[in-house]
Amino acid sequence: MKKLFVPVLAITALMFAYSPIAIAGAPYESTMKLVQKIFYYHFPAWMALTVSVTVCTVASALYLFRGSARADRIAAAAAEVTVVFGLFGLVSGSLWGRKAWGVWWQWDARLTMAFLLELIFFGYILVRKYGGPGSEKLAAAMGIFGGATAPFVYKSVDWWRTVHPKTTVMSTLGQTSPEMWYVVWFCTVTIWLFMGLLLAARIRLEEQRAALDQLYLAAEE
Amino acid sequence: MIRRTWIALVSFVLLGATAFAQPPQSPDGFVPLSSLPPGEELPAARFVIGAYAFFLVLMLFYLWTIWNRLSKVEKDMQELARRQGGAAR
Repeated sequence: MKKLFVPVLAITALMFAYSPIAIAGAPYESTMKLVQKIFYYHFPAWMALTVSVTVCTVASALYLFRGSARADRIAAAAAEVTVVFGLFGLVSGSLWGRKAWGVWWQWDARLTMAFLLELIFFGYILVRKYGGPGSEKLAAAMGIFGGATAPFVYKSVDWWRTVHPKTTVMSTLGQTSPEMWYVVWFCTVTIWLFMGLLLAARIRLEEQRAALDQLYLAAEE
Repeated sequence: MIRRTWIALVSFVLLGATAFAQPPQSPDGFVPLSSLPPGEELPAARFVIGAYAFFLVLMLFYLWTIWNRLSKVEKDMQELARRQGGAAR
């Protein structure tokens, strides 16, 4: 893991440096024009969130049902990364919506469910921080609950009438605009790599905290 | 009788006024969107720049918080090791 960190960091930095050039070169969308360019980081941020939610859910389940302490540390790190990418997704969506829909926010199914998902993982962090002894198990249950909510957030645009574009936008993008498809997936891979680095750094923090706790326990004995 | 005549007269005037009324004229006509001064339009650039700038600021801030917390934990570990070393001597 440590050996991979520096090469992945270098690749991610290069990809981040190239991403504005790729985004500027992507064609404009016919109705939304320039503001649609927010899409190239907005969609990847939600894709990064999808991965971090999955990691948190699986790790929470491993901790809850098998008692793996390492899984608990991974879940805590993934929950925080989820909140960060969720915050960016909500803010960038709001900025996009202000121009495209004329409003900063709309209480429709997709936006409301995405906001609730963000609140669940924010709640996870608060429970761990202020819940006292045993709060890790309660937080793990919240992590699983958050993971179960995520598919509903994704499918909400297909199941209910919303102002948000449907999931078919992405599934048909390869045919309608291969240039846009290439750029959005380039940015998605970039942000996935960046999310992986953030997650690794955040897991390292949790491991160091656990090691410090062990040292304090050993010192007391 | 006088009352009925009065009502009929008022009704005639009102109906006549309505029938001969002209639609209000716009003082200068409609202004096409393309001729609006740039300040009155809703420019997309500030939203796009705002979104990417927010990403940069948020991620740099988050990286700084991780680095800061990690430094604090490692400092505590060194402090504890130093104290344990001192106690052993």
